[in-house]
Parts: sequence; structure tokens; C-alpha cells
Amino acid sequence: MDEIMSKNNPEYLIERNDNIYEVVIGLEVHAQVTSNSKLFSSSSTKFGAEPNTQVSLVDAAFPGMLPVINEYCVKQAIKTGIGLKAKINNKSVFDRKNYFYADLPQGYQISQYKYPIVGEGNIILDMPEGQKHVGIERLHLEQDAGKSIHDVDPSNTLVDLNRSGVALMEIVSKPDLRSPDEVNAYIKKLRSIMRYLGTCDGNMQEGSLRADVNVSVRIKGSTNLGTRCEIKNVNSIKFMQMAIIYEANRQVDLIEEGEEIDQETRLFDTKKNETRSMRSKEDAHDYRYFPDPDLLPLEITDDFIDQLKSEIPELPDDKKKRFIDEFKISPYEATILVSDIDTAKYFEEVVAKMGKNRDMKLAVNWITGELFAVLNNKNIEIAQSPISAKNLAKLINLIKNGTISGKIAKTIFELMLDGDIDPQIIVEEKGLKQQSDPKALEALIDKIINDNREKAIEYKQGKEKLFGFFVGQAMKASGGKANPQLINEILKKKL
Amino acid sequence: MTEITSLSLFELIKNIKEKKISSNEVTKSFIDRSEKSKKLNAYVTENFENCLKLSKEFDYKPNFDLKLPGIPIAVKDLFCTNEVRTTAGSNILNNFVPSYESTVTQNIWNEGGILLGKLNCDEFAMGSSNETSFFGNVQNPIAKNLVPGGSSGGSSSALAANLTPITIGTDTGGSIRQPASFTGTVGLKPTYGSCSRYGIVAFASSLDQAGPMSKDVKDSSILLEVISSFDKKDSTSIDFQRNNYSSELTRNIKGIKIGIPKEYRVDGMPSEIENLWKKGIEYAKDCGAEIIDISLPHTSYALPTYYIVAPAEASSNLARYDGVKYGLRSSGESLIDMYEKTRSEGFGEEVKRRIMIGTYVLSSGYYDAYYLKAQKVRQLIKKDFDEAYNKVDAILTPSTPSSAFKIGEKSNDPVSMYLNDIFTVPVNLAGLPAISIPAGTDKNNYPLGLQIIGKPFDEQTVLNIAYSMEEKINYKNNITDWWMK
Repeated sequence: MDEIMSKNNPEYLIERNDNIYEVVIGLEVHAQVTSNSKLFSSSSTKFGAEPNTQVSLVDAAFPGMLPVINEYCVKQAIKTGIGLKAKINNKSVFDRKNYFYADLPQGYQISQYKYPIVGEGNIILDMPEGQKHVGIERLHLEQDAGKSIHDVDPSNTLVDLNRSGVALMEIVSKPDLRSPDEVNAYIKKLRSIMRYLGTCDGNMQEGSLRADVNVSVRIKGSTNLGTRCEIKNVNSIKFMQMAIIYEANRQVDLIEEGEEIDQETRLFDTKKNETRSMRSKEDAHDYRYFPDPDLLPLEITDDFIDQLKSEIPELPDDKKKRFIDEFKISPYEATILVSDIDTAKYFEEVVAKMGKNRDMKLAVNWITGELFAVLNNKNIEIAQSPISAKNLAKLINLIKNGTISGKIAKTIFELMLDGDIDPQIIVEEKGLKQQSDPKALEALIDKIINDNREKAIEYKQGKEKLFGFFVGQAMKASGGKANPQLINEILKKKL
Repeated sequence: MTEITSLSLFELIKNIKEKKISSNEVTKSFIDRSEKSKKLNAYVTENFENCLKLSKEFDYKPNFDLKLPGIPIAVKDLFCTNEVRTTAGSNILNNFVPSYESTVTQNIWNEGGILLGKLNCDEFAMGSSNETSFFGNVQNPIAKNLVPGGSSGGSSSALAANLTPITIGTDTGGSIRQPASFTGTVGLKPTYGSCSRYGIVAFASSLDQAGPMSKDVKDSSILLEVISSFDKKDSTSIDFQRNNYSSELTRNIKGIKIGIPKEYRVDGMPSEIENLWKKGIEYAKDCGAEIIDISLPHTSYALPTYYIVAPAEASSNLARYDGVKYGLRSSGESLIDMYEKTRSEGFGEEVKRRIMIGTYVLSSGYYDAYYLKAQKVRQLIKKDFDEAYNKVDAILTPSTPSSAFKIGEKSNDPVSMYLNDIFTVPVNLAGLPAISIPAGTDKNNYPLGLQIIGKPFDEQTVLNIAYSMEEKINYKNNITDWWMK
């Protein structure tokens, strides 16, 4: 499995007895709408509060309580639709999805069934072998349920309704994905777009982004879809990939054994790394969807949509194009820099602070190299970077204008980590300024040649690799501060 | 002086404003009479002590600018009242005390009204005789062992028996108009969206509407003015210009066109209803109205349509009563077991029947044939009225196909019970305003009502026609206080 993930296979194919199968994947992503209050009530949506402290009478479905749509959540859904280049529907309808569960206070979930707020759109994935378009089937708004807690009280299930009524966007892809790698790229891209838009924070640990994964397999080349299984509520990309691999292989095994695949809902057991049947098609709930009579159809004018379009920020695909055009960086570099909105912001701030004599190559290398390494080590996001964009830009400029060498810069970078210190100050305080005075360097080199006469002679006689020795000695003598380019030039002249 | 409890709301307000009687005196009178009338079983929960206290507070610091200055009012037990038990006539909410107030009742308290108590009703407003209430049958003060109608049966009984000067009910398929008709009182169902549904225990959300019940038309106009308001807490509430219904009330209806729909002459309609209707037409003419024959061709589909739409919505609306959060909880061995026991013990037969019907018509495979078809027919019924209103200003029909029946007479025959709603149900499906006014009696001297249906948001015309016909009809209930003897 690791092999598959690291190889970035464009296709994930399974071979059995001379048959080659491909896997067909569609995702139903549940993304929590970024909003201070819930979809139909004014309760807070803040994560991590004490149980049942963010519950209104509406959320707990008290008699006579009525839902009132939160306009902000509607705007967020429309913005997301625009970000997915999707059709925004002028009229959509809220339906009731009826089922009984302890953490579903109304006995139904308010969702959108036949008439979702957003229709077809698409997402572009940047795969190593090129771009891939993945179709979006629809996006609809719905309420989250509460949480049943089975492991606190030995004989009772406890219910926390803080999540009850929180707005979710269900984003349904077409069955266009073909490999665990594409699923990884799809989730990351979708998350990136929503974070650019500010419509979902994409925090998978807090459950802001989860997915139902639909998997089927078929002989490669076939155009018919196989019977699919839906793996419910998977909450990390890694688990999605593991579940897909397990499930695809399970299905191939069944087919090879001449058995039928049952259309069913399955659960992924993360400890055992396997999917298990949850309920078959025959046991599927009859949700008895019907339009919620407490809510009027949602009518959205073109003016309203246009207004929201004008508020849409530059999204990853456009930003990438601009970075390539404007900053002359490679598509690969641009893809990395735009993948997360905070990285893009950081990069753009570094670029702005570098001023006229900016060096893009240095900026990209320092961010994706040194800085990313530190962030990875500390396991923090770029928004919490210990070094500000302003100071990183200063450091890059010090390299660019020859004040310090790249090597010294790495030393300074380490020192900057401790409280975002201005690199200029470090240079001055520690006397780390690069020696670029030719006269001083000549004197220094003269002394080294003098001290190592024999080696100098050997070099002149043709032992050219001794040149490196002299460079090393010069750097050492200068405490690493000598301008390496100048050292090279002077040594060549003197030897 | 006439007994306080037999005064109309208008007269009570006048007397209080003129300081001829105090709010406390009025309150005491209604409480006294209510105490003597327990046999009617009109109340589920009495709020007498608190009502007396509040009436004293009113008298201590009266505000005569209010529309209901210190008036005690008992309301149907479907309205959630802050800190006062609200049962919806059901065992499942037997112990339920809301921490909030419905918008309609809040509007009443804001205008000086004082809660006298909560009135009996059919369980979750499902019934036409008040016989489905967990809290027992209600007697019609007209005669012993006669149903008061339903679902607002406690309201109609209390009103006709002078236990409350005025009251409010809710009307999903006739639950205000039919009990008004059975008790010789006035009941108005406003246009859907006039009165907020916030805080009213839901039966069928797309049909439910609160409205006034009173002893005469003028009183209904006063109360409508108080309870009709735009409310952001109800997404189906409509923001339209509301009239000053009581001050704009007039008997001048000269030239108004009143339609008589031929489809309301149903098979097997008793001749006394037919005669009442004819008499009503003459009264309307006497008032200066022009009578025009009209057709509402889809009328016969209204009842089956209603009995698909209403149970469908109810089956979903009642899913929240599951024993988890509030109300009755029976102990069970598992979640499902707890649900089953709670709902089996908590709901009565009629409610269960409608949940079953509603669940069935929404089920996959049946949805298109029932629910979707019913919604289409509902549109046709609405269109019938729209077209009729191109020709007429209002429509006159009987309120019910019969007078009040005996307790137990129809309780084992749901279909014959449902037929009671045949004239009232189309109005709910079309979302229109309609009033029932007493217009005569049958051979037993039981009251019979006429219904005036108006255009959407045109409660004023409905009230005006009722107001002028009321004068001509000059109906008086003959109530003997038999239950006190």
C-alpha cells in the first residue's frame, strides 16, 4: 500500500488472473460551513465547548419551535458553488429526511434532496502526469446531527447536541476518481478552494471535513459502472485511501470468485484496516423525504449571485497562473505555493517585502526548503510560522545583495527562530557580515598561500583538486564570512 | 347589571376602561363560573391563582390604552405558555412545561390579556369532537353528552359556557370553525401566514393557523387585530399590511359579491343544512350583497387530499416526541425499545392512525401516488378559488354538514368523523381566511353555522359580511347551565 501511495500512480490497477481492474470512486464530502451560528438557529458553532451548552430550543426540537434560515450560510454555500465553477440554482428546496436516532432531536434532518442550491461544477487536480478534471454533481445544504456518546456511562448513551443544527455542505463528486492518489489530490484541492473562500476551515481533526466514499471496480476498458459500496463517514485522507484499497481488492476478489457484489453501506474499521457491512440495500432506510413545510423554497436572484461573485477572492488555479506569469516560477513550484491559502499569502508577503531587487528563486527555495522543514518539524501551520514573512524577506535580501553567504544565512535562520528576530540585527550583533573587501581577502589569501607553500606548488604542478583545500582554508580563516565568489576569483589569480 | 361573564369582550373592555368594573372583578367572575363548570371538562390546566394576582396588578397600575386591558383569557392547550404546562391534549406531553411563549399568546399578554388557563383539545389537534384528548371528553354546554366539536373543543365549550370572554384556537382542517358551529359561537381562521406559528405545537405545518373564537363578530375582530402579526421566527409568516380590523368593521356591504359554490351541495346533506344555507343567502341579499352562483370543481377531492397532506406532515412533526429530550419516557431495554414503548403509551389511537397514514403516503414507492398527487390536487383546489375570486369577493357555505353529535356516536368510525370537515378543509388547503357564524338551529335546537370564505389577506371583508349578517340573523344561544344543576 505504501508503495502505491508513494509511486503516485496515475492509475490504480488491480491484477488478478490476467484480468486488470480499475477502481471507480465518487466522494460525498461533508464540509462544515464556516459560520458563527447554526443553519437554522442562532446558537454558536464553536468547537470544543462543554456538552449541550450551544443548544437552542430549535436545535433541541422543542414543541412549536421553527427553523429560520441563516442567510450567511446560504451565502457561504453559493460562494463555494462559485469556487467549484458550478451552476447556482435560483430556486432550491429544503426537505426533511426522516429517521429516528437519539442524537437527531427533530426525528428528521433538514437537507436538500431534489432541488439542491448548487448544481454541476468541476475541480481541476494537478497530478504529476498532468491536469485532471473531476466533475461535481451537486452541493447542498443540510443540518448536522448531535453526537451520541456510548463510552462515558456504562449503562446509558449520552447525547451532546452542540453539533445539532450546524450547517454542512454536502459536495457530491461524479464517479471520476480512479486512484487513492486522485482522492488525496481531490480532497486537498477541495479543501484548498474552500479555505481560500473562507467557507470551510477544512479541519479534519475537528470533523469539519468528512466523506462518504463510493467504490466500485470494473475491468479496465469497460464503460459500465460496477455495483458500488458506500463507505460511510471517513474522516482522514489516509483512512479514505486505506478503505478504498481494501474495498477495491475485496470487490475484485468477489468477482474473481464468481460472486456478486451487494450494493450496501459499509464502515471502515481503522484498527483492523478493513471495511465491514453496515446495512444492505434491503435494509436501507426509507427516509421519506418531503419538502419541509416550515421553510419556503430558497429563491436566489441573479443579482444576489453576481454580488457574491464580486466578493470571490483569487482562487488557487488563477493564483497559480499568475505566479507563473508574474514571478516566473515553475508550475511545480507554483502548485506547491498556492495549495494552501496561508502559504500563498506568506509567499506573496515575502515577495512584496523583498522590494525591487527581489529574487524569486531564493524566495521559493527558502520557503519550500528551510521554512517548510521547520514547520514540519514543529508540526505547525504556516500561519503560526516562527519567522515572519517580513524577516524572511530581509534575510533573502541580505543574501541577494551579498551581505551574507547562503551558508551564513542558514546559521542566521536558526537564530531567527527564537522570537522572529530581525536578521539584520543578528548580522550586526554577531558580526556575521560577509567579507567582500577584496584587499582584506587578498591579504588573507596571501597568508594562507604563504603558510601552505608546498600545497600551492603541488597545485601549480597540476593537482587541481587542491583548489578546494585553499577555498576551505580561506573560509575557515574568515570565520565563514568571506564572500565565496571573491575567494574563488582571488585564489585563481594568486595561485 | 347583566352577569359579567355573559358580557361580550367589547362590553367588558368598555366597562373596564370606564372603571365600572375592575380586571380583578372580571377575573373572579370567570373563575367562579369555571369552578362551577368542571363537569364540562373544558380546562386541562387552570391558571386561576396567578390570573387573580395579575389582575390585581393590572388594577393597581392600569393601562387603558391596551387593546385587552386586564382581560382574563383561557387558550387552547396547543399554545406553548411560559412556565405553564402545555400538553397538546396528549399523554406524551403530560408533564411538559415550556420555558417560552408562543408569539400569538405573547401578543395577547402584550395587550393586557391575562392567562386564565389552558383548554382541552383533541390530541395534537387531531379530531373533530374533542374525543381524542388524553384528558377526556368535553361537554358541549348546549346539551348534555353532546360533543363541542374539535379539535378546539375545550375552547368552544368554555366560550359558549361563559368560562372565558374570548379564546383562541388553531385550525388545520376546521378546528376553529367546526367547534364554533357546534356551540353557536363565532370562529375565524385567518389567512395562512397571518398569525405566527411560533410556539404552537405543530400538527400539519402547511395548514395550521391560529385564530380567534368569540361570542360575536366584533369580538373576533378585536382579537384578530391583537394576534395577527408578522413574525421573523416563523418563515411562513407573511409581512402584509394588516387592517385595524375592529375600527374598520362595518355593516355596509352593499354591492359586495358573494359566491355560492354548487359543489358544496353534497349528497346526503340534511335538509336543515340546505335550508340554513338558503336562509343565509337571503340574509346576505338583505344586507345588500349580490349573490352569484360559482363553481369550485375540485371540491370533492379536498377531503382525500387533506387526509394525505395533513397526516404526512404530522407523521414527521410528531417524530420529535421520542422520550429523549422532554415529555414522557417509558423505560426500554434499548433505544428502539424505549422509542416503541414511549410512543405506544404516549400517543392515543387517532394520533397513531394518522402517523401510520402519513408514514405510508410518504414511503418510497407510494410518495408519487399519494403525497405528490395530493400536492398537485391542492394546487388545483387553490386555483378553483383564485378563479372564483375573479368574479366574487367572498363565498358563502354551511360550516358543517351536520349539527353537533352525541359523544361516542362517531368515535369508532373515523371516516364519518372525517366527513365533518368537508366544508372547512378546502379553505385550509387554499390558505384562505374564513369565519363561521351561528345562523340557526336544527330540529333539536342545536346550533348550526354558516361559513364565509374570503380572498387571501382580506379578513376585513369576511368580518364585515359576518358582522352585517349577524345582525340580521340575530342568533342567541339558549344555554340552561344544565351542568351546574
